[in-house]
Amino acid sequence: MKTLVLLLLFTQVAVGQVSYERLLRPEAEPGNWLTYSGNYQGHRHSALKQINAANVARLRPAWIYQSRDPGKFSTSPIVVDGVLYITERPNIVTALDGRTGRPLWSYQRALPPDLRACCGAANRGLAILGDTLFLGTLDAHLVALDVRTGKLRWDVVVANYKIGYAITVAPLAVKDKVIVGVAGGEYGIRGLLDAYDAKTGARIWRFWTAPGPGEPGHETWEGESWKTGGASTWITGSYDPELNLIYWGTGNPGPDYDGDVRKGDNLYANSLVALDADTGKLKWHFQFTPHDVHDWDSCHVPVLLEGVAGGRKRKLVVEANRNGFYYALDRETGEFLSGVPFAKQTWAQGLDARGRPIRLPNTAPTPEGRVIYPGMHGGTNWFSPSYSPLTRLFYVAVREEGVTFYQAKQTYRAGEWFSAGGISGIAGVEPTGSIKALEVETSKLRWEFKLQSPPWAGLLSTAGGLVFGGSSEGFFFALDAGSGKSLWHFPTGGPIYANPISFLVEGKQYVTIAAGNALFAFALE
Amino acid sequence: MTIMILRNHLRFALLSAFLSAGMFLLLRGQGASSADDLVEGERLYQIHCAGCHGPKGEGGRGTVLATASLPRASTEGALFGVIARGIPGTEMLGARLDGQQIRQVAAWVRKLGQQPPTQIAGDARRGEQLYFGKGDCASCHMIRAQGGVSAPDLTEIGLRRGSEYLRKALLEPEADVPENFSQYRWHTVIPDNFLQVRVVTRDGRRITGSRLNEDPFSIQLRDLSGRIHSCSKSELAELRKDWGKSFMPSYRGVFSKEELDDVIAFLLSLRGAK
Repeated sequence: MKTLVLLLLFTQVAVGQVSYERLLRPEAEPGNWLTYSGNYQGHRHSALKQINAANVARLRPAWIYQSRDPGKFSTSPIVVDGVLYITERPNIVTALDGRTGRPLWSYQRALPPDLRACCGAANRGLAILGDTLFLGTLDAHLVALDVRTGKLRWDVVVANYKIGYAITVAPLAVKDKVIVGVAGGEYGIRGLLDAYDAKTGARIWRFWTAPGPGEPGHETWEGESWKTGGASTWITGSYDPELNLIYWGTGNPGPDYDGDVRKGDNLYANSLVALDADTGKLKWHFQFTPHDVHDWDSCHVPVLLEGVAGGRKRKLVVEANRNGFYYALDRETGEFLSGVPFAKQTWAQGLDARGRPIRLPNTAPTPEGRVIYPGMHGGTNWFSPSYSPLTRLFYVAVREEGVTFYQAKQTYRAGEWFSAGGISGIAGVEPTGSIKALEVETSKLRWEFKLQSPPWAGLLSTAGGLVFGGSSEGFFFALDAGSGKSLWHFPTGGPIYANPISFLVEGKQYVTIAAGNALFAFALE
Repeated sequence: MTIMILRNHLRFALLSAFLSAGMFLLLRGQGASSADDLVEGERLYQIHCAGCHGPKGEGGRGTVLATASLPRASTEGALFGVIARGIPGTEMLGARLDGQQIRQVAAWVRKLGQQPPTQIAGDARRGEQLYFGKGDCASCHMIRAQGGVSAPDLTEIGLRRGSEYLRKALLEPEADVPENFSQYRWHTVIPDNFLQVRVVTRDGRRITGSRLNEDPFSIQLRDLSGRIHSCSKSELAELRKDWGKSFMPSYRGVFSKEELDDVIAFLLSLRGAK
């Protein structure tokens, strides 16, 4: 009896205890999925290989969890020791038994009725540290939940939702801190990235992505335009423990389509910023689209890897950007190394030696409308790419879609939509998409798998030689990681706006994807 | 948790009641929208709605509004409610506008989808006879759920199109083949655009028809006899899409000028199911 009690106590303490050391070494426990991207490097790669190219044709649904709130379901689960922690719309957190999909507990946040979150009540996932889960909320709070029960530990205000701030991003736990960004680039917010003490919720640092007077970069905003400059931070970044740098993408400047009212480069919008994890101080930045007028947020998971560039081995950060170019940067210094188009683009002649785009004339939106590729949703978007250390390929879901961009005049009013223009589709041109495999250093296209329509689903590569992805028509599929050949697909019956992950329970590998209003878990039959 | 949910439901019920009462007061006694209302409605529409629904209501992130009937807003009260509260479970959020502004936006939204009745010399009754007789239009087109399925439904064509558009469509059917992929981008449903598709299967079968749906792995067609075909792309030797093509023949030389006027008058009289 004594032994049993001790064992139970041990189990209770052990379950859900995810130390920073565990987050540093996810490769030691490939059956779990401990961060948004599976590792700090943003790889979204699983070392599991039970499901592989030879047997993936036998993949079948093992269980399906129906979400309670209909709408865009974009969760990327955290998996710890057989339990999945997912977010459901609008701000529900549910723990699921990984073997059966049965819910174990649930947390539901009461939200104010006057929310104005851009783009639907989406949430992309959680962070975990110790025995605490972290959720960013639509009313721009950060909350900490007990991983065993979902009970609230603390709740802090990140920003004021009444003026357009919201949080849809999965936070990132680093050391003893929780890093969280904000959405709201279409409401004239002033972008920020915050770090909070994981134990207490006290704010440790804040980095303003639209710098104020006296801060470097402030001179790139005309007049008072920085105050409503956008540059949101709505997709989870990456982290290099050796350099102690956090890499985070930033959104479009506000208002989106009328650049006349915010002349200048508008730093640090449309950029990748490298921040000291302890202080939030800017180490370097790289702006992909200076003075953006096409809503091309740099809303991408930065992918960290080692590679050769300029004849020597370097620490790289690579990114396929919404503006249609694939970039490789030195992640120690931010030095631009290479950049080439990976999707159709009609706005730039190319990039100069420092990576700055050489714009073609007459590409800005006009009141009459102007057709540009890529469209507002970009050559790719927030959904995750994947990098396989086995194939050394960068996999990205590509949107081939131009739009007509319109410019309008608009006066900022706090809390109101502030885009100063809009878009419409191009008559007679059917948008499409593909999954592309690029060589990481050269960006050379290794293979392409055509999609019918532009995707909204991210990718997962596995040591089983597979790349999992999803289509907007609701097909979840597996491709051969080396050739792009289609090996398996399953019609989920609902559009996919989510990223896949993989995990192991009782020796069985599962792959999950949220599709329609349900979370699907697949395993070999 | 239960209390929280009940509280939310109560809040929603109270909000609904408030908005319903507001709608009643706003709609009651309100006459037709003034020109000023429409001007303000268009201004507000461009700020609050055009980003998703397109500057002309042609759709984009949001659904097409330049249409005669809005399924979720068949009445003025319903339209007011959609603008005020949004549509739960979608990206349509409630607009931060006061009641007067919502009414102005609603008036503009209705205007986006309505062509004013056009006066034309033709006789609609004779046109109806030509439609069903000499023109044989009903073998392809449908009116009030009666007729063919291989061409667009014409039940509301009088609200959607003017006389000159219809005249051109009858004489040059391929002059403007509607291909709006806006909904397709977001809702994964192929729009009702009657894209002509020709496929050849690996075993040599040839099928020509309108595309009903398509995904990376399969395509569904309806042939001219109305039969539905579902094809796996891996089993196709050829898949050809004839963009800008129409199955419709030109009626130039088929209808006289007077007959053309009569048919157009009939089409303009088609203004909904009721």
